[in-house]
Amino acid sequence: MEDALLSVKNLSVVFKTTSGTVQAVDDVSFDVKEGEIFALVGESGCGKSTTAMSIMRLVPKNCTITGGQIIFRGKDLVKLKEKEMSSVRGKEIGMIFQNPLDSLNPVYPVGIQVSEAVLLDRVPRDEAWKKVVEIFKDVKIPDPAERVRSYPHELSGGMRQRVMIAMMLSRNPKLLIADEPTTALDVTIQAQILEIIKDLKDTFGTSILVITHDFGIVAELADRVAVMYAGKIVEIGSVLQIFEKPRHPYTQLLMEALPKITKKQGRLKTIPGSVPNLYELPAGCSFHPRCPKSMEICSKIAPQLKKAGEGHFFLCHREG
Amino acid sequence: METIVVIDNVKKFFNVTKGLFKKHLYQIRAVDGVSFEIKRGETFGLVGESGSGKTTVARLVMRLTDPTENTIFFKGKDIFKAKGKELKDIRRRMSMVFQDPAASLNPRATILDSIKRPLEIYGYKKSEIKAIVEDTIEKVALGKELLNRYPHQLSGGQQQRASIARALVLKPEFMVLDEPTSALDVSVQAQILNILLEIQERYNLTYLFITHNLSVVRYVSDRIGVMYLGKIVEIAQVDEIYSSPLHPYTAGLLSSAPSLSPRGRSRKKLLLSGDPPSLINPPPGCRLYPRCPYAEKICREEIPELREVKTDHFVACHRAGELDFSGIVRW
Amino acid sequence: MGAKFDVKVLTRNKVFLAGLIILFTVAVVAVFADAIAPHPYDEMNVSLALRAPQPQFPFGTDQYGRCVFSRVIYGTRIALGVGLVVVLVESLIGVTLGLLAGYYGKKFDKIVMFVTDLTWALPPLVMALAIVTMLGPSLINVVIAIAAVSWAQFARIVRAKTQALKNMPFVEAARAFGEGDLNIILRYILPNVLSPIIVLSTLSLPQAILSTTSLGFLGLGAQPPSPDWGLILSEGKNYIRQAPWISIFPGIALVYTVLGFNLLGEGLREILDPRLKL
Repeated sequence: MEDALLSVKNLSVVFKTTSGTVQAVDDVSFDVKEGEIFALVGESGCGKSTTAMSIMRLVPKNCTITGGQIIFRGKDLVKLKEKEMSSVRGKEIGMIFQNPLDSLNPVYPVGIQVSEAVLLDRVPRDEAWKKVVEIFKDVKIPDPAERVRSYPHELSGGMRQRVMIAMMLSRNPKLLIADEPTTALDVTIQAQILEIIKDLKDTFGTSILVITHDFGIVAELADRVAVMYAGKIVEIGSVLQIFEKPRHPYTQLLMEALPKITKKQGRLKTIPGSVPNLYELPAGCSFHPRCPKSMEICSKIAPQLKKAGEGHFFLCHREG
Repeated sequence: METIVVIDNVKKFFNVTKGLFKKHLYQIRAVDGVSFEIKRGETFGLVGESGSGKTTVARLVMRLTDPTENTIFFKGKDIFKAKGKELKDIRRRMSMVFQDPAASLNPRATILDSIKRPLEIYGYKKSEIKAIVEDTIEKVALGKELLNRYPHQLSGGQQQRASIARALVLKPEFMVLDEPTSALDVSVQAQILNILLEIQERYNLTYLFITHNLSVVRYVSDRIGVMYLGKIVEIAQVDEIYSSPLHPYTAGLLSSAPSLSPRGRSRKKLLLSGDPPSLINPPPGCRLYPRCPYAEKICREEIPELREVKTDHFVACHRAGELDFSGIVRW
Repeated sequence: MGAKFDVKVLTRNKVFLAGLIILFTVAVVAVFADAIAPHPYDEMNVSLALRAPQPQFPFGTDQYGRCVFSRVIYGTRIALGVGLVVVLVESLIGVTLGLLAGYYGKKFDKIVMFVTDLTWALPPLVMALAIVTMLGPSLINVVIAIAAVSWAQFARIVRAKTQALKNMPFVEAARAFGEGDLNIILRYILPNVLSPIIVLSTLSLPQAILSTTSLGFLGLGAQPPSPDWGLILSEGKNYIRQAPWISIFPGIALVYTVLGFNLLGEGLREILDPRLKL
């Protein structure tokens, strides 16, 4: 692998609400290398989306980045002025969301909206239009010359997500952040979109940061994975390391708690309790109240990342 | 084994009208002639994507909506003809758990009030109610201290346990589970699935389990029906359907579903192209034909009937039996 | 959902608090009118007619020498009383029709909505005028007239909420285990439409008071010597140049009360259901 395209270092993000202050992202560090697909995976409230939004600097008003750096191609995005940041957005880092309908303007044909993005690069109008049709072909939209004239509501969910990818692709960014890109889609459509995302990496060399709660998508797509729990990365490694030799008890338990499509199995193992409330995080290791291997120290001192193998780290007092 | 539910070619169409004088615009054929039987003690998994009509089937079985044509039998009785005492008797023997746990409980009632309400309706005494509620919440592992709380004070997993407890207090024989875990976190999903399996064993419950999740349905089901655009395309035993699907849609669905093994990525896939067509103007003939790589002339012209191709393995495909998906399906 | 009537939450909302303080003073005045008013509201003394405000008559006197201050104080009872009764009657009609139309739908819904739209389309005060003219002027007829024209907004909101609620899983679950229609409406739907009903009631009260006063002003409501604010205003209008205090003080009382209810309603809306649009 080449150098890191994006390097998140010790990122901390805090939310202020009427009920108190919440540490949504706590000392999170990871790299996204050139031409790889990196997945941030975790359950609701684990901080994966906040991390993604912090990279784009699109966090809500009551949310502040309190520490750390986000180095992207030599620039620290945390320190950039808003004006500089807006030229990074779209042009250098593209983003697609769970619900593309929220991001598309209902009153313009989708081709026009994608061409707006192309026109930002100061190309002549007719050339821009040709390029849009070309990109629609790249994301495998059938009848691209016809579809550019469609309005968002005339398209299916899968087609809209393709349009979003096309719009993103038109600026040719180095990094694509995909936040739950297929969660709203059916299985057969999801498979199509995942193929397109893989193609992006293979054909254009785009690096991709996938945010998801679905371990199936991670297994299908990612080169490397970080598992998040209660604002922290608890395990990070290659996709094979995470799925075949997980070391953190949370990852290990999740792998056994997930029903497999490949076989009819006996009773699933379960993880007791539920995802912790960020307002009342347990002391020490956040996972210790649910952890079958917890020791005395776990409830007192927060663990440090330990090395488990080449590029494989986990956050636990135990040896895994 | 005794058959407990018979769904007999049931149809449900929605008319879309416009304006004061109800100009008839079009008809949505949400459920278009669905037949299957559920046997006592089994879990019948009904799988399909959005728009397949699986939730409408669930609502029909619970008599929450009336069919346009034909009917459903519960223990030999036509549920849509039942009235008064007979209907009440059917209602107490079946219950339902819904997808959205937060919306499944009355926000203005305490958890206790919600759980004990079915018992009050059927005239149980106060002392009986207390004993049954205590017993039931223990079975679903719902803490006693949660009984006096309101739904919004509970986590999603706890809300779903309360919903299951409410569905269980009347000791029903048959339960419809409509995506009971799809709104939950993965670490909570296994808890709920295991509870459902435990209570099924203990009370010899029969389940109709509706989901789009192919891993979950494999874990819980004995037999599976696959729905596509209002029709059942395949019914078989769970292992049979996963190891040798006969319908191209089932094969496509199975091969599209992500597995939990990164090494399985390079498998040969059968990707169904395009989107499901609209239910308003479904294609004539087989509804899969515009997306099916194996479609022939007959598929465009004739609607395939569900027929028994192997023992207990029913498929609605003109080419069933001649197609081989063994290179595509990996298990 | 499930908003708690927590004192802290309520008093944190400044708008609500301001409304509450205003209405508290109005309520105190209404309850203790006998103790506060220096004179009976109908005590005439022609020799003291049209006196300017002075220590003995803080708001001056009217053309019959009655104490305007005492009349305004007693008038509070009429304003609040009639307002409350009107809102009670109109919310009963509106909520019942809204629940039934929303729950059962079909023909019944069509009819109710047609009548609602019709009521909505007519100018309320003109309608009330017509009804009172038909029934004859009196406070009771004012109540009937105002309630008859203003139940429609309750019906609309309750119907829309009911339609949304009746397809919620918790209502479907209740139907599935055999709950009857009446119980579903009373146990599952009504408690969940209470917040908008409370908000709308508080916002309807000032409307009702204003309408009562308007009808009184036109001589169609309370009859002399009642201390109805509208009636006082109407009697004062002939002396607006010589004795403006007759009209000014009941006017201020009216504005003060209406403002109090509006603030309270607005505050409640923010507390109970910030997304609610009336």
